[in-house]
Amino acid sequence: MTVTDIKAKLMQGNQACAEGAIYAGINFYAGYPITPSTEIAEVLAERMPEEGGKFIQMEDEIASMAAIVGASLTGAKTMTATSGPGFSLKQENFGYGIVAETPCVVVNVQRLGPSTGGPTAPAQGDMMQARWGTHGDHPVIALCPSTVQECFDLTVKAFNLAEEFRTPVLLLLDEVIGHMRERVFVPQPGELEVVDRIKPEAGTQNYLAYQPVDSTLVPPMASFGDGYRFHVTGLLHDETGFPTNNSEVMGSLIERLHQKIERGREKIVIVEEIDIDDADVVIIAYGCVARSAQKAQKMARKKGQKVGILRLITVWPFPEEEVLRVAEKAKALIVPEMNRGQIKDVVQSAVVGKAEVYGIGNVDGEMVSPCQILAKIEEVL
Amino acid sequence: MDKEWEIRLGGTGGQGLITGGIILAEAAILDGKVAVQSQSYGPESRGGSSKAEVIISNDEIDYMKVKDADLLLVMSPEAAKKYKDEVKEDAIIIVDTTYVKDFEATKGKVYEVKISHLARHEAGRELVANIVALAVIVGVTNVVSRSALEQAVLSRIPKGTEELNKKAMAVGFKAIEEVLNAA
Amino acid sequence: MLAHLEKYFRTERLPHIWCPGCANGIIVKSLVEAIDKAGLDQDKTVIVSGIGCSSRAPGYLNFNTLHTTHGRAIAFATGVKLANPELNVIVVTGDGDGTSIGGNHLIHGARRNIDLTVLLFNNSIYGMTGGQYSPMSPQGAKATTSPYGNIERPFDICNLVTASGASYVARGNSYHTSQLTNLIYQGLQNKGFSFIEAISTCPVYFGRKNKLGRPADMLKMQKEFCISKEAAEKMSAEEKAGKVITGVLHYAELPEYTEQYQKIVDKCQRR
Repeated sequence: MTVTDIKAKLMQGNQACAEGAIYAGINFYAGYPITPSTEIAEVLAERMPEEGGKFIQMEDEIASMAAIVGASLTGAKTMTATSGPGFSLKQENFGYGIVAETPCVVVNVQRLGPSTGGPTAPAQGDMMQARWGTHGDHPVIALCPSTVQECFDLTVKAFNLAEEFRTPVLLLLDEVIGHMRERVFVPQPGELEVVDRIKPEAGTQNYLAYQPVDSTLVPPMASFGDGYRFHVTGLLHDETGFPTNNSEVMGSLIERLHQKIERGREKIVIVEEIDIDDADVVIIAYGCVARSAQKAQKMARKKGQKVGILRLITVWPFPEEEVLRVAEKAKALIVPEMNRGQIKDVVQSAVVGKAEVYGIGNVDGEMVSPCQILAKIEEVL
Repeated sequence: MDKEWEIRLGGTGGQGLITGGIILAEAAILDGKVAVQSQSYGPESRGGSSKAEVIISNDEIDYMKVKDADLLLVMSPEAAKKYKDEVKEDAIIIVDTTYVKDFEATKGKVYEVKISHLARHEAGRELVANIVALAVIVGVTNVVSRSALEQAVLSRIPKGTEELNKKAMAVGFKAIEEVLNAA
Repeated sequence: MLAHLEKYFRTERLPHIWCPGCANGIIVKSLVEAIDKAGLDQDKTVIVSGIGCSSRAPGYLNFNTLHTTHGRAIAFATGVKLANPELNVIVVTGDGDGTSIGGNHLIHGARRNIDLTVLLFNNSIYGMTGGQYSPMSPQGAKATTSPYGNIERPFDICNLVTASGASYVARGNSYHTSQLTNLIYQGLQNKGFSFIEAISTCPVYFGRKNKLGRPADMLKMQKEFCISKEAAEKMSAEEKAGKVITGVLHYAELPEYTEQYQKIVDKCQRR
């Protein structure tokens, strides 16, 4: 064996997330210390000024979320990271980001809850909070990495989606993925796509900050300081950005916010299918538990059991069509997760009875093990 | 080395076992292998129990947690008690007899080395017990190459401690050679 | 409205939502006069507010304007300023927004001495929600949530912001408008965290609940209970009892946050 000079680096999940943000062109990070996400802030505190960007440790989680929205309005690519209790605190301003159509990335390294819960224990208990944590009816985009490499790649993707769709994007890690170390092949500049927000065309007269100009329904976004002097508010507003209580205008804004994500579905929804075609049983998994599923699936195949995996890389908007397609062929679906069936329930409603759906739900801070999944496969076959 | 190695390093916080796990994983990657390192620790970073897990393989690693270890290092009585049964039948168990007395294995092959004592008296500081331990592990298993281990150690330690750490590795290699020769 | 000030207003957004007799409009005029005097470029100026009556002001002003969530204006403004320090950033807030739900951001903005000019409209009550007591309501004051009189002690918010580390702290009122304009102007000139408490009136809720008379009577009261810092220095403790001191209450030359951060960026990039 010789020591080779390869590009692979040993990286922690949280570190890969921070480095992915830098690859994506982050200009501004605001955060607050909380286990198990703190390493993201620590890496960026060191790296941001080196890259000419800004890092600030704000006085609390609420302020961190506020600061990244404010910074984004000046044209910056922005991010914050948190865990459990901090994610709860960020919800109001996260919703502000959605309604004010401000690109930013919010990382939640999930830990065992509720409340202070188990700070160093992993969980996937915030899947529904990610979907509906902020009040009101709103769309949301959430990505879920299963490897340290994906912590890097999906952070880049999260920035791209935020910029393209003018919306906050969630990256849902868990303590296992955030703290584990494995090899990462750091892409060269240009190797991964990096998207920047669409600005109003030069010389635009009468710019309206919330008026879409094409079928994407995503309005071009000027920056504060560009000379357009537009108004931004969390109140429901018309295309000028000024508040209204005209019910028709309020309703159509909410509709458009949903529609722009719906129309972008092909770019947003990503899943990985493994050995689906002949599968009697399909495991639907995401985050760290997808790793247990992969091990269990290989062991099951060795035993001659026809098992496949549908890995949800995008969790929100939910890959309903992909899940339904799988359900039409398989007899049973197993959804292992570190909560009491948050995604299992969504799968169940998506498959409308076309396949039996079984859950495995760990809420003790222990990962779902390959053995648990194998036992369930035996049970349902 | 063709097999997949599931490695567990157990001791108390402050013994540098998580750093040890990281170094081992980094060395494996330098060797062109696949490695995953994970850990668990109490909120206090010193004195509590500490566990680092590393899996090293030629293929992609799915599940990142170690169940029954192929290699176990124990550097505290608590860790010895807690982890000694969570090993494979043919596991290699390395015991730091500075702190773990009267170790009784139920399975696996045991190698006893006074790791912390050697770190303090031969290498010069107990602080480098984790590095002595890594050399012992590599001496028994060749799980990573010696050159990769050295490179990984030197890339993870504070500047100015290179000689101390190199000495620690030499102490570890020598100690395990003596144990192997005596056997 | 003075013709030369019209360019600072989005006249098509008027009339404003404030009740007849409310002094908020007087304070906004002082703000605009101060901006005019300071010669700020409208394109390079951002006015940020939270939630409440006074926080509606930015909507009427012809700048880059950001109406945020309740209490968080300074946190949003910190993001704006640090991301692009070339922008002039002004925060408009009220006593409920700025000292209660947003109190933490106020003291931390001051502590950092980040270059924001914070204008706090103090009308001693939550007006938008219909007249609840605030951390700036006087002891004994009646409000819908203090029907038996307020037992809480109000903040001396200028003292709090000074103690928190701001480099410029002043207090004015909606009666002595030229003084107020000048205090805001000086705040805009200061490179650092500038805080101006502007005593406003809420005739509809605070005035009526506490039997303070008509809007004009409430303004006249300001004339009586406000004394300048210079005048106060010549008065005995007895004479000062019950008076509110106005003027520049604190000024110190201190390092500014975004400039300090830029030094780190420069140092890292030279490496």
